[in-house]
Amino acid sequence: MRNFKAVFKRELKSYFESPVAYVFIVIFLLATSGCTFFISRFFETRAATLDPFFIWHPWLYLFLVPAVGMRLWSEERKSGTIELLFTLPITLGQALAGKFMAAWLFIGIALFLTFPMVLTVAYLGSPDYGIIFSSYLGSFLLAGGFLSVTCLFSAMTKNQVISFVLSVVACFAMLMLGVGVFTDFLNGFLPVWLSEAISAFSFFTHYQGFQRGLIDSRDLVYFVSVIFFMLAANALVLERKKAE
Amino acid sequence: MIAVQSLTRHFGSIKAVDNISFTVNKGEILGFLGPNGAGKSTTMKMITTFLPPTSGTATVGGFDVISQPLEARAKIGYLPESSPSYRDMNVFDFLMFAAEVRGYDGDERLKRVKDIMATCNLKEVAFQQIDTLSKGFRQRVGFAQAFLHDPEYLILDEPTDGLDPNQKQEVRNLIRQMGREKCIILSTHILEEVEAVCSRAIIIGEGKIVADGSPEELRSKSKLHGAITLELIGVDRKDALNSLEKVQWVDRVTDLSSEQSSETATGDDSGKKILKLRMFPMSGHSIAQETARFIHQRNWQVDGFAVEKGDLNEVFYNLTKGAAAR
Repeated sequence: MRNFKAVFKRELKSYFESPVAYVFIVIFLLATSGCTFFISRFFETRAATLDPFFIWHPWLYLFLVPAVGMRLWSEERKSGTIELLFTLPITLGQALAGKFMAAWLFIGIALFLTFPMVLTVAYLGSPDYGIIFSSYLGSFLLAGGFLSVTCLFSAMTKNQVISFVLSVVACFAMLMLGVGVFTDFLNGFLPVWLSEAISAFSFFTHYQGFQRGLIDSRDLVYFVSVIFFMLAANALVLERKKAE
Repeated sequence: MIAVQSLTRHFGSIKAVDNISFTVNKGEILGFLGPNGAGKSTTMKMITTFLPPTSGTATVGGFDVISQPLEARAKIGYLPESSPSYRDMNVFDFLMFAAEVRGYDGDERLKRVKDIMATCNLKEVAFQQIDTLSKGFRQRVGFAQAFLHDPEYLILDEPTDGLDPNQKQEVRNLIRQMGREKCIILSTHILEEVEAVCSRAIIIGEGKIVADGSPEELRSKSKLHGAITLELIGVDRKDALNSLEKVQWVDRVTDLSSEQSSETATGDDSGKKILKLRMFPMSGHSIAQETARFIHQRNWQVDGFAVEKGDLNEVFYNLTKGAAAR
């Protein structure tokens, strides 16, 4: 636990010691509120709901989460600090969990800073706080899912740009599997049970439940298991590639 | 004790390290010598548990690097090649991180970090970002991190690489000092360093051990070992060559003044010629005494008389070239 904490603190601190943190937070806040007010026309809907806010999260995370996570392992490998890290008395699991949780919490902080949106709807009307809570939870889990995919790709290459691009593509695929247009396309030539099974693997499908105010154990299990699976794959990749 | 047993590592079809075995005891400073790509770093990475061996294993203080890596790591202080560190951190934070992972808390942790910063002369840069430091300081940060927990075993990959002569001297003193109670392995391709610091040297070429012994033992493998370099004033060349060859145990005599430039052949004082000769002994014999007696008999005027200890560079070249040719 001490080692996990040490890695976690170091990683989180390193975000705030570089401009990355501030750029990310500012862009995230501008983009979420920009999309909510100017594209979804939040005021014109005249509804005390944050739907026009949460609907954008998957699409913003698609680029922003890989930007946060791309350096996690590729930088360690490029600068050789991975050799330092894995000759200290730390297990692979502790290092992996410490880094992942630090990046996830960092995104969580950015997400928390969107609280003025909640104050706005609360001031303008009487929203359903249950839905707002479950939507925030879903958004945070979605970010974790994206981040775990990014971690995996970050371990595969020393080049941060490659790690970013691959992560975006993989996250996009994970998202699109459940988006209406794509499922309709699949329905055209696949039996319904199969296309539904495919869309059940999508981040999008499971994110939608939370937006409706449902905290379904299946959705929770889905996100948690995606994260575990990706981190396990990440561990395997690191074991093989760390010394290259 | 560090015991390396038949350690082997392949990268694809290349055998980077090929069946290496040796042991290093407490109080020994082992120099790891070899040309670039000979397998020095790969061997060190396996001993420090970073790289899993293809076959064979090593134990550090009784802990197997494959089955008990965490216990082995806790006993080792390791300076990787080109001493990587988290460059976006400052020196103090970085060392505090290392101390935390090494298991120190609270006041003890702070004390450790302060002490090591004093030992490694890092106080003046404690709150500077590592990225902004010079190579010498970054190397010291690497040392500080490796020495922090006062480890029994130190593994240093090219510890003086990129340092200026003064810093090199400092580092060597530090290593010599620590070598008394620790077990140290250091790699280098600077041969003077081995002579200055190490109590034992292993030369590897093409992933195999080609020589293992004290620097003196290795030097004695040199052709030059035991040869005498002689400078005579005003002595006839032919006479000297012929008569010196007849001295007991002398194998052959060469004229260095004719090999080199004419400058050495002409003495600058009084126009008298200086003759520079080198006498090689038959293997296993010492010729110094006989030669001195002979010169005394002939009453030659001697300007220089040196018994060569042997050239480590030559030994290194012959051994590692030999390996490359096989």
